[in-house]
Amino acid sequence: MEKIGIIDFGSGNLHSVLKAFELVASKSNKGFKVEIVQNSDDLLDCDRIVLPGVGSFADCKAGLEKIDCLIQSLNDLVVNKGRPFLGICVGMQLLADQGLENNLTKGFGWIEGSVELINLKSKILKIPHMGWNTLHIENNHKIIKNIDLGENGLHAYFVHSYNFYLKKEENLITTSNHEINLTSMIARDNIIGMQFHPEKSQKLGLKLINNFIEWSP
Amino acid sequence: MLKSRIIPCLDVDKGRVVKGVNFLDLQDAGDPVEIAKIYDLQGADELCFLDITASHEDRGIIFDIITRTAEQCFMPLTVGGGVRTIEDIRKLLLSGADKVSINTAAINNPLFVKEAADKFGSQCIVVALDAKKENKKYGNCRWEIYTHGGRNRTGLDVIQFAKKMVEYGAGEILLTSMDKDGTRSGFDVDLTNEMSTNVTIPVIASGGVGNLVHLAAGIIDGKADAVLAASIFHFGEYTILEAKEYMRNQGIKIRID
Repeated sequence: MEKIGIIDFGSGNLHSVLKAFELVASKSNKGFKVEIVQNSDDLLDCDRIVLPGVGSFADCKAGLEKIDCLIQSLNDLVVNKGRPFLGICVGMQLLADQGLENNLTKGFGWIEGSVELINLKSKILKIPHMGWNTLHIENNHKIIKNIDLGENGLHAYFVHSYNFYLKKEENLITTSNHEINLTSMIARDNIIGMQFHPEKSQKLGLKLINNFIEWSP
Repeated sequence: MLKSRIIPCLDVDKGRVVKGVNFLDLQDAGDPVEIAKIYDLQGADELCFLDITASHEDRGIIFDIITRTAEQCFMPLTVGGGVRTIEDIRKLLLSGADKVSINTAAINNPLFVKEAADKFGSQCIVVALDAKKENKKYGNCRWEIYTHGGRNRTGLDVIQFAKKMVEYGAGEILLTSMDKDGTRSGFDVDLTNEMSTNVTIPVIASGGVGNLVHLAAGIIDGKADAVLAASIFHFGEYTILEAKEYMRNQGIKIRID
C-alpha cells in the first residue's frame, strides 16, 4: 500500500489537506494510506510527499529547519530518489532559489526562480490575489490530464501576495491572470507546485489531487 | 481573472445556527455543518461563520463545528465573533478556519491586527468593520465605525481606519452597513464603493441584501470583490446557483463550476 505523507511543520491548518487527500484516496482503486508526517524518520517510507504551507516564506522555511534533518531527507527522497512531490501555496514557493518576503530567504532551489511581491499597475485590482481564478495551460502535463481548464474551465482558490517568477519557461504548467500572468502551477521531473489551494478548490481541487496520487513521473 | 464571490454567512450560538435557517429536506436545520454542506453543493465561493456565543464557557463549541465543516467542505471558511487574542486566532486556524475575522479587538487595539498579520500572514486576517452614515457632522466622519451591534459609537471614520488596517497587514475588509443590516433594502453601495476604491485589499460588502438585484449592485455599483448575505439564502428564497446565474446574466464574472 502506497503511503502519502503530508508534512506538518507547524504552519497552520493541515486538517483540510489531510481530509481532501483521504477522500480522494478512498475513491481510488489503488490502496493508499494518508498520514501526517512530523519528523524525518516518518518521511522515509512515504511514497508521495505533500508540503502544504501558509504564512510567510521565511516563517515556513524556519519551521522546516526546526525539524531535525527534514530538509536533508526531503532533498534525498525527492531530488535523488525521485518520489512524487507536491508543494502547495508557500509549499510551492519554497521550491524557488529564494523568497523576498520580509527579507531574503533561501529556498530549496529545486525549481529555478524567485518569489517576489506582486506589483500591479491597476488601481482596481487588489492584492492579495484572493478568490477564484481560472488556470491557463502553458505547458501540458499529466497533472492536468482530463481536467477542463482555460477561460471557461474550472476554478481554483487562491490567496497570496507573492508570485513565483520562474527562470525557465519549461517549468511553467499554468498561469492565472490578475493583470499579469501569475504562476499558478509549476513542475520539474517528479516535482509539482500549486500556488492555489487544491484542498479548498472544490471540484478542481479534488481532480488535481486525484491526478497527483495516480501520477507516475 | 478573479471572479466575484458570493459568501453565505451563518450566525452560530453555542454550536447552533440562529436566525432560523429554513431549508427543506434537512434533518437538522440547526446544525451549521449540515447547512455548510448544502452551500458547498450549491457552489458557494466561501462560507462565513459568525460565532455569537456570549458565555465564555460555551465558546469552545465552535472549534468542533469548524473542524467538522472543514472535513466535509473543501472551500474556504472564515470565522469571526469574539476574536480577541493571538491564541483565539491560533485555535480557530488549527480547527480548520482559513481566515479569521477581527472586529472589536481591532478597534480597541489596532496593533493587534498587525501582530496577528505578522504571526499568521495577511491572507488569513479579515478586519470586520460596522459603519453608520453620519447625518450630522461628527468630526470629519462620513461613515463612523460602531461596535456592539451598532450600539457603541467610536468616533472613527471607517475609510481612514480601514486604510490603517491595510497598513497593519489586514488581508481583507468585511464591511457591514449598520443602517442597512436587517432591512433587506440593499447594500449601502456608496459606502461600499468608497471603501473599495480607497483600499488596496479585497472588500466584502455586507448588510441589507433582500434580493438578487441587491447582490449584483454590491459588485457593479459598490465595486466590492465579494458579497455576503444571510437570510436570502437561509430561507431558501434563492439558491447560491440562482444568485450566481442572475449575476452572470448581469455581466458579472462569476464562477459556476
